[in-house]
Amino acid sequence: MPVASRKRILPVFNVLLLGLLTVIPSILPLFYIYIFSVIFVTAILAMSLNMVVGHGGLYQFHHGVFYGIGAYTLALMLTKTELPIWAGFLAGPFCAAFAGLIIGLFCIRLNRLYFAMLQISLGSLVWAVTFRWYKFTGGDDGIHGISLPDALLGIHRAYYVILAVMAVCLILMYRIYKSPFGITLRAIRDNPERCAAIGINVRMHQLFAIVLATFFAGVAGVLFVVVERSVFPDLMFWVLSLEIMIMCLLGGWFTFAGPILGAAIMVSLRTFAGVYTEYWTLILGVLLILLIFFLPEGVMGYLMKKIQPRKADS
Amino acid sequence: MEADQAVFLSAVGNHFLVGISRAMILFVVSAGLSFILGVLRVPNVAHGSLYMIGAFFAHSVTTVFGGNPLGFWLALLLAPLMVAAVSLVAERALFCHLYEREHLMLLLFTFALMLILGDLVKLVWGADYRSVTAPKILQGSLTLFSSPIPKYNLFLLAVGPVIAVALYLFSNKTRIGKIARAAALDREMVSAIGINVSWVFSFAFVLGCFLAGLGGALVAPTVSVTLGMDHDIIIEAFLIVTIGGLGNMWGAMAGSLIFGITQSFGVLILPQFAIVFPYLAVVIVLLLKPKGLLKSVW
Repeated sequence: MPVASRKRILPVFNVLLLGLLTVIPSILPLFYIYIFSVIFVTAILAMSLNMVVGHGGLYQFHHGVFYGIGAYTLALMLTKTELPIWAGFLAGPFCAAFAGLIIGLFCIRLNRLYFAMLQISLGSLVWAVTFRWYKFTGGDDGIHGISLPDALLGIHRAYYVILAVMAVCLILMYRIYKSPFGITLRAIRDNPERCAAIGINVRMHQLFAIVLATFFAGVAGVLFVVVERSVFPDLMFWVLSLEIMIMCLLGGWFTFAGPILGAAIMVSLRTFAGVYTEYWTLILGVLLILLIFFLPEGVMGYLMKKIQPRKADS
Repeated sequence: MEADQAVFLSAVGNHFLVGISRAMILFVVSAGLSFILGVLRVPNVAHGSLYMIGAFFAHSVTTVFGGNPLGFWLALLLAPLMVAAVSLVAERALFCHLYEREHLMLLLFTFALMLILGDLVKLVWGADYRSVTAPKILQGSLTLFSSPIPKYNLFLLAVGPVIAVALYLFSNKTRIGKIARAAALDREMVSAIGINVSWVFSFAFVLGCFLAGLGGALVAPTVSVTLGMDHDIIIEAFLIVTIGGLGNMWGAMAGSLIFGITQSFGVLILPQFAIVFPYLAVVIVLLLKPKGLLKSVW
């Protein structure tokens, strides 16, 4: 398919998809609306991680912490304070981004695995405090039955709010992806030494990417509260962080939209395989191994390669 | 008055001794992890699952022998060997084909292995809590400096250093140990002089997993053996290996001691937040020495 026609098709495809997603609630049963909402939230989360892992080449191994911070900030503001509700919705992402800045400042000095390990240790510290601070965060029970404003009550309304927020987030992420900043970031991923040599402040770019990514993780966290109306420390546990990373790899981490696909596959697999068997992680594990052996660039990466014209020919 | 003080001090001392004895289990597990990290350069996420399987195998072996004290000693030997066999199969069938691939893919593979092994444990042993009883000699407690300490913890205190020395002798005095250390430093050179690196990797992986299984068998009498024990140990083992210095066996020992002692300290002064203390210690160490306390092989 020639590039020009693909450029024309893509917006049409996106609008059609959005249209389809807006009519879904009136067709499908309630359960599926809930599943779609979960997929959207997870998709934002996976996309936010991919900003640093796929495009930035950083070993962001504990992304779940920022998701959890976003969720907990909203939950705590709704249950412990009298502040207006929109303040909580704003505070979630900003707190997550602030945590991202602090943790990023410490980690950014290091490379690869050392970056990952310092982040895991800082993240685990946050997790451990949340897990144990019964008076403030509810400890390992978390906080349940959070009351939400009327505009968000009922899964139908929540669905539309989440869909809208996701659309906005994706547009913003795409803008960032295509911006000079995004291009520089990918250049740094591919060759940091050369980028540093031509005068790019490598660390600054990476730090900024982390702050942006953690902001979007906070958005996903806030939306998680909207869907589930509860928070618990597992949101910050390292298993979840690895799961998000798998979504990125599953979908294709060198593509823009791959993580959305990865998130959709993961959530559907957990839901539908979970209905038939309690051994769904076994299925996931086998699927992952097949993927590693046969589709190393992820599902989306594989599809893109199939439809993309070969560069060498042109 | 003075006698009270002496009792108090000995109680505190024994409290720390118990903490250090737990650190010995952490040491055995993280030494295995460190060995795999050093030679293969792969963070083996499935390590915790192998530890869990080791504990379950220990349970099965002791159950087969009924109340016979021999069962426990055999379990200490057989459970790690079974775990090693499991890891050998996984390594030769799947993992060994991936060594040339990107790092993140290797990590992903070990994660997939963790998912699969976790569910296999559920399939084979079920989700119930199980327990392993230590043999008569190690039950009950001894009075040490006028306050009691469980015998099993004293046993662990003795086992840890023995394993450390054995590992040291193995990696420094035997041919295969030296080859493994050389492969950790420069794998191209090792293959250039005609050593089959793939088998060295396989050996290192299996030995590391053997240690994970041994850790599981050792911990079994002190905890309830159940699903989910893999998740807790693996993150602790990773942090221990990092603060000690990747691939450094004595570093794993130092890291485990820091972990065990800070946790005991936390239990004494702020029990509710006891699990926070080791993490705090890890963060402080990594902020000061991001590459670990001792020299890493990377």
